[in-house]
Order: sequence, then C-alpha cells, then structure tokens
Amino acid sequence: MSGLQLEESAGFDRHTIDYIQRAAASGLYEIRGLGAKRRVPNFDDLLFLAASLSRYPLEGYRERCVTKTLLGTRFASKPIELAVPITIAGMSFGALSARVKDALGRAATELGTSTTTGDGGMTTEERASSKTLVYQCLPSRYGFNPDDVRRADAIEIVIGQGAKPGGGGMLLGQKVNPRVARMRTLPEGVDQRSASRHPDWTGPDDLVIKIKELREITDWEKPIYVKVGATRVFNDVKLAVHAGADVVVVDGMQGGTAATQTVFIEHVGIPTLAALRQAVDALDDLNMRGTVQLVISGGIRSGADVAKALAMGADAVAIGQGVLVALGCNSDTYVAEGKHISALDGYTALGTSPGFCHHCHTGRCPVGVTTQDPQLELRLDPAVGAKRLKNYLKTVNMELTTIARACGKQDVHHLEKEDLVALTVEAAAMAGVPLAGTSWIPGQGPTP
Amino acid sequence: MANLKPVPSAREFDLSRDSLRQLNLYLHKEAVGEGISRIRVQNPDGAHSIACGLDAELDVHIHGHVGYYVAGMNKHASVTVHGNAGPGAAENMMSGRVHVKGFASTAAGASAHGGLLVIDGDASLRCGISLKGADIVVGGSVGSFSAFMAQAGRLVICGDAEDALGDSLYEAVIYVRGTVRSLGADARFEPMTDVDRAAVKGLLAAAGRSENPDDFKRVASAKSLYHWHADANQEY
Repeated sequence: MSGLQLEESAGFDRHTIDYIQRAAASGLYEIRGLGAKRRVPNFDDLLFLAASLSRYPLEGYRERCVTKTLLGTRFASKPIELAVPITIAGMSFGALSARVKDALGRAATELGTSTTTGDGGMTTEERASSKTLVYQCLPSRYGFNPDDVRRADAIEIVIGQGAKPGGGGMLLGQKVNPRVARMRTLPEGVDQRSASRHPDWTGPDDLVIKIKELREITDWEKPIYVKVGATRVFNDVKLAVHAGADVVVVDGMQGGTAATQTVFIEHVGIPTLAALRQAVDALDDLNMRGTVQLVISGGIRSGADVAKALAMGADAVAIGQGVLVALGCNSDTYVAEGKHISALDGYTALGTSPGFCHHCHTGRCPVGVTTQDPQLELRLDPAVGAKRLKNYLKTVNMELTTIARACGKQDVHHLEKEDLVALTVEAAAMAGVPLAGTSWIPGQGPTP
Repeated sequence: MANLKPVPSAREFDLSRDSLRQLNLYLHKEAVGEGISRIRVQNPDGAHSIACGLDAELDVHIHGHVGYYVAGMNKHASVTVHGNAGPGAAENMMSGRVHVKGFASTAAGASAHGGLLVIDGDASLRCGISLKGADIVVGGSVGSFSAFMAQAGRLVICGDAEDALGDSLYEAVIYVRGTVRSLGADARFEPMTDVDRAAVKGLLAAAGRSENPDDFKRVASAKSLYHWHADANQEY
C-alpha cells in the first residue's frame, strides 16, 4: 500500500483547480474558440423508428428522395431555392481566412446550397465563389454596406449566436491584419470588440421597422432571416415572426465561435435539441409552419443529426464547426501540393494536440483554417478544401436521404416527429418525443 | 428642335396619396433613367425608411417630420429633411449628404461610413454610435453615449453632451463646444491643434454654420482598451 493520498474532489477536481489557479495568476477569463465541450442532451439521444409492417419504406438505393429546400417564401419576391437542406453557417472573414471563405463558397455552390458571411463583411472571393450567399447584418456592422446588401441573395439579421447569446464578439489583435482592419475600419492589431446590441434599433418593435428598411432598400426582393442564440427560444421566435422575418435561424449552445469567454460557451444558452422544439412550438402556436422557414444550427455534425432536426420540424440546418473540421480543423496534417504534411509542431506550439485544439482565437491555426497569418493560411488550398467540404456535405446529405427512405419518405421534409423516440428522459422532455419503448413524453401526459 | 418639350427635372411625391414603396422604387430604379434629379416629398407624416438605399446623385427634399431610418444606407444622394427625424437618420450612410433641419432622435448617423450628416437642432442618445468614417455636425446638443464605439470619422457638437461621451472610442474624433456631463470609458480630452481647428472650421462651413472653431474641445480615445488586459476590469 502506497502512502500517496490521491482522492480527487468532485467539486475541486484538477480542471477546477487549474481554472482557479490560472485566474489567480492572470486576472483574466479564458477566451477560446469552437463550441461547448460539456455533454448536453443532443441529437445522439434520439433514434428513428424506421418502416416495418406499419410503415412502408422506399427502396434505399433507387427510389427518389427529394431534398430541394425553399427558404424565404413569406414576403421576398426572390426566395432562396437550395438543392439540399444543409447550409453553411455564418463565419466571419477575420475568424477565417479569405481562402477558407472562398473554399466554403465553392463547395456550397457545387452542392447547390448557400453559404453565409459573418462579422467583418463580405469578401470578393466568397461573393464570386458562392452562387447563393446570405449576408449577415450584425450589431458591429463591420464592413456592412449597401452595395453588398444589393449583391446578397438574402440578409440575415443576427441578434445572437448560440455560443454567446447576449454577448458581443471579439477578434484578438493577432488576427486583425491589414485587410481585416481595412474591412472593419479599425487600426491593425487592436483587440477588436463587436457590440452585443445593434446600433440603430432596440427591441422587437424596432426590429419590425429595421426589417422593413432592409426590404425597402432591397425592393422587397431578398429574404430576410433573423438569427437568435438559443435562450428564451419560444418567445424569441414568436417575436422574430411578428417582426416580419421570412426565415428564423436558431443557434443552440453547441454552436461554435472564433473567440469567446469559456464561461459563456459552457454556461449560457440552451442545447440545440431543446431550442429546436421550442422554435417549432412557437411556429405552431402562430400557425406559421411552412410560411416562415426554420433553420437550426449548433453542433450539427452528420446526416443523422440533419434527419432528426428535419423530423422535429426544421426546414434546414446550418453547419459551422463540422464544416471547419471537414476543411482540416483538428487534423494532424494539412495538404500541400498533393501531399499530407505534419502539422504537429503547430499544435505543440499552441500547447495542444489534434483532436483537442480550440485555439482559433490565437490566429495560429496549424492547418490554416482559422488564421490570418500569411504563411499559415497557405496551408489551406481553396480547391482542396472545397473538395473535402463538398465530400463531407454530400455524405451528410446521403445519410439524410438514406434515413428518410427507410422511414418511407419521398421527400426529406416529410420526416416527422412521429418517426422519433428518445433514449433518455431528458432528451424526451426536451425534444417532445416519447421515451423509446413507451408512449411517454415527459411533461406532456401520464407516466406509463 | 422647336417641337421638343422641356424635360422636367423635378418630381413630387405626396405620401398622403403615394405609397412609400412607390417613392423608394422610383428613387432606386426610375429617377435617373427619367433624368430627374430633384425630388420633393410632401406629407411624410412620420413614415419610416423614406429615401433609404439611394445610390445616385439625387437631391431629395422631404417637407415634414420623418420616422426611422430616413436616408438609411445613403450613397451619393443629398437628402434634406425640413422637419424632425426619428431614430437612425442616415444610418450606415456611405457618401452624400443628409441634412435634418430640425431635431434628430436616437442613433443619428449610426455606423455611417462616409458623407456628411448635419442636424441643425439637438440629437438624442447614441448620436454617431459605431461611426465608421462619416462626419456629423450637430447644431445643438447630443444625448448620452454619443459616439459610442465610434471607429472613424468626426462628430462636431455645437452644444453640450450628456453622459458617457465617446465611450470605447477607436479612431473617431469628437469636437464639442459646450459642456460634457461625463466622458465614457477610454475617452479623454486632448489639446486642440491647428489641424483640429482647421477640421472644425471646414466641417462647420460645410454644415452652413458660423461658430468659432477656437471654442471647441477635442475628445479622442486614450487607447487604453485597444488590448485586452487584466487592468481593464469591467471597462473592457
């Protein structure tokens, strides 16, 4: 028997001790990238009830399964038509390099879907490569201008982000290179703060007027999306609909960020699963399903996630972190001239390893994805990135249609809540579907 | 040649009869083609988004009070409001000139990148918030949090300023003639130089005003919040 006493405290475990000691040493909260790392109820906690005797399946490899998706049909004279219900979430030029934005546009265009700008404006590269580009109107209004409003295919008014609802943004100085600074009208190298509130409106009554202004500027042609970070989703979605949104985007707490306080990422907002159900309930309550489209985001990774989201009532999903991972985020190599080159030194320099890295905020991305460094950004070849991303999104779409066919659906939008059960009581309550093997939906009826 | 009719150079809209959509559509897509450069708008009756999104050298005169976002995102055009303006006048203006002859409500010139906004009367809260390069001249006083997070451009205040003037400024500069109730985080008074006096003189002249540039004080960023650090505490 050794003399060592190694009983770890549940409350003051090594992680907590490290946090307190780091805070004591620096006087600063931690900032990092990507999304929540804690486990929360999510789409993995749902399962599909595919066809058998009581339902009739489609032939998995032959019968057609429609994936066409229309967004913005409420008021816009030019709604968005996508080939698939999988879109690329808003991510800023600044957080990502112009080469990455180019790659996103290329992949989205090849797959027939949309990509989205972010805080920092629209780059010429992404406009040129994106057939369908959604232009974000953010509180900071960095780079926001009427020419790009007119060049966009849709406008997304960002109220909040799942990783940090209620919080502004931050781009640390090391990523504010000359081009980023010029686009954001800032000095080079400053730690740039993004406001948490829009400068020219406050509250839902004002939002009605702001949306109408954007409609007037675009001559009522472009769909107006409203994006909210998931908190009081039921009320927020209703307010967005009342304000005149064509599309509501709800971003759950697992959504990613380029740089946010860890305490925000892990402790603010609600899981995507719960947010989606509340958003659908809100649309149902207003009898607006099908009139106002719903896009859900925040930790969507696979075709299964997409299928479950659609079954719960989303019209489409938006993917951010999955897209970055497809480009090479957290990979141990990057591709140059057709060869895989080790990026391990870069991870080591950041004090991390592939699979664990969340150092987007440093601008020292070892695989050239979340960087503005002129050397590092060369590690992502837009053509290679676009191909990898297209492959990923195509795979996700194939998984989606595979599940839809197995559930007997000729259109992925025919997936329904009745096709789902939950593995856990928590997921059943959040998603509003029965616990597997029962007809019990916690909070919605008698216990079995 | 004698058969040619004179080409009209002005057009009038009456918003008690014509719709806002008709007006803005005309300003966006028809006025230039018809050779019309001067547009008169009667009976605005507080309507929102009048003359927003203009992208041509038009001269628009609005006779009466307007609601939110008059001349929002303006480019090239000159828009004059012969009355008061609601929130967000000339928000995100890129170029051109917007002149409010009366008072302006909150967030006048918010996030404007270029051009000149003149307000003859007072401007309410957050005038010039998030300013990105435009110039604003206010003949009267401004409300709290004016030039909040202003990044570039100049705000000239001929009257007084309420609390938290220039909070979290970046590179924008404020010139104020009257009293300042309080400065915001990271804002500070700085000595006026000859360059500042010349700038104020030019802006006042452009706004049609005659105040003495020597009477103005300069407020700019101390730049202590340019980099995230522990001593910034709650101010960051």
